[in-house]
Amino acid sequence: MNKLKIILSGIVKNNPTFVLVLGMCPTLGTTTSAANGMGMGLATTAVLIMSNLVISLIKNLIPDKVRIPAFIVVIASFVTIIQMLMEAFVPTLYASLGVFIPLIVVNCIILGRAEAFASKNSPFDSMLDGVGIGIGFTLSLTVIGAVREILGSGAIFGMNLGISNYMPLVFILAPGGFLTLGYLMVLFNKLVKK
Amino acid sequence: MKSTLFNMTAVLFGITLISSAGVGVVNMITVEPIAAAKQAATTAALTEVLPAFDETTTEELTIDEMPIVVYTATKGGAVAGYAVQTMTKQGFSGVVRLMVGFTPEGEVVNVNVLEQSETPGLGTKMTEEGNPLLKSIQGQRLEDKQLVDGRLAVRKDGGDVDALTAATISSRAYVDAINRAWMAYKSVATGAAPADVASGASQTAQPAAAPADTEVTDAADNKEPEVQKGGQNE
Amino acid sequence: MEISYFAIIIGAIFVNNVVLAQFLGICPFLGVSSKVETSLGMGAAVTFVMALTAVVAWPIQTYILVPLGIEYMQTIVFILVIAALVQMVEIILKKVSPSLYQALGIFLPLITTNCAVLGVAILMIQKEFTLLQSVVYSVSTALGFALALVLFAGIRERLDFEEVPAAFRGVPIALITASILALAFLGFSGLV
Repeated sequence: MNKLKIILSGIVKNNPTFVLVLGMCPTLGTTTSAANGMGMGLATTAVLIMSNLVISLIKNLIPDKVRIPAFIVVIASFVTIIQMLMEAFVPTLYASLGVFIPLIVVNCIILGRAEAFASKNSPFDSMLDGVGIGIGFTLSLTVIGAVREILGSGAIFGMNLGISNYMPLVFILAPGGFLTLGYLMVLFNKLVKK
Repeated sequence: MKSTLFNMTAVLFGITLISSAGVGVVNMITVEPIAAAKQAATTAALTEVLPAFDETTTEELTIDEMPIVVYTATKGGAVAGYAVQTMTKQGFSGVVRLMVGFTPEGEVVNVNVLEQSETPGLGTKMTEEGNPLLKSIQGQRLEDKQLVDGRLAVRKDGGDVDALTAATISSRAYVDAINRAWMAYKSVATGAAPADVASGASQTAQPAAAPADTEVTDAADNKEPEVQKGGQNE
Repeated sequence: MEISYFAIIIGAIFVNNVVLAQFLGICPFLGVSSKVETSLGMGAAVTFVMALTAVVAWPIQTYILVPLGIEYMQTIVFILVIAALVQMVEIILKKVSPSLYQALGIFLPLITTNCAVLGVAILMIQKEFTLLQSVVYSVSTALGFALALVLFAGIRERLDFEEVPAAFRGVPIALITASILALAFLGFSGLV
């Protein structure tokens, strides 16, 4: 398979958020600002690349019946490692993402890619798949975060646009999360699916 | 691969073992940076809530079964102020930790929110500069505020602290933590016995815990005042 | 000084509804909620597993991880506990009550990857709850999950008969519906 194609497919054709509709919890929970969305996207990408690589390397050693538990242990270990690294080196981001970092473990994207791609393809391709899906996820989260930040708190990447008093706060809250994602998905459908 | 009981157990055990070892190693690498980052956050909070100082001494107290740390800051040997690391469990989504700075005269210098997980856009306003909660107490002695049963309270509960818009619970939690900080400050600065704050918005109507109910070991000849809870607190 | 149980229950079911305010368990929320009946089944299965998770995970955290100073293993241990519990519940149900297994069976494997379960386990530790508080919190959260699921399914059953513009069909309209439902739940804030 064309290497570039693997990466690109994760960004548009197999976009995890808008097409596969996977990993909705962190997508909605962490996108209260563009920076948070991006941070979550990057953390997930890191876990995705590493777990895809390792799972692809050990796929032939794992008996079928314990495949899922084995995958989960591998993923959980990488999540814990990322969690500790983030707490050590980007403590503010770590604090603002909160409970959603350990929850990367149960992000369906990661287990989904492990099952659908890494357990069938070569280690290198699996890594590329991780990169592509990761970028797609990060981009989606950043866009959703940016829209919610602008609409809800009148800022972008933490920069105040001076209009915060006129913006509807509800976009930062839960209903705004659902609404933004819903309409962005409509937009994506209109643009991509002809 | 075909599954047999042996290879299933062996593989799972092996993977778990290797993973745990890996996580353990990363933990050893990161344990120091994490401690350093936390230390840096504490130091940053201290400088933000205190007037200029050279060094601090710490005292650990327990109020309402929660650990409270009092930092006594000195400059050139004289006390420059007190910073209290306080907390509450009354937040909208759990624990809120604050660093509250007092001058030696008891005025609130500033408050820094160390940890909170309140609703973004509502309760999180407590972290912003010049929010109504902070404005209500900054630069003032808490004794001079309109107290309810000797404690600070939001307007809804009869006090005169302005709450955050649409975030009464978060505001009450904030005030609850400030009350605990105040108690700790008083005990360290004046040597008075720290009493439990008997917190909780619903209990504000009840009389405060009488100081006589609280047993306190003699703090005078003890560097670390140990506080024990009295039998009855109602 | 402790948070009253009433506040925990109301908070977890309405004010901080796990799906509509905390964004946990969205996948089953969108996936399983097309029929009221299946939503009830899923809700029951999740309640069961969440309560068990609290009972098992809390002692593990308090008596094993904390004394040994290996709190960083929390995520790995909790997810294994949940996976094992789900497997166990499945096996026991199959033996003891085949009819209940028939009803809940298909939902059980889905629960391992329901982030609400792991989320609640982590949150109850973070909130420094006692064991009893943790169990109450887990069960109320699960009830909140079931409530959101059933309400949502009720709306979606009716939505099936409406004409929805092509680009909105499927997930987008579901998300927008969820948004309105979340807006309604926002009205509960300030209740506790």
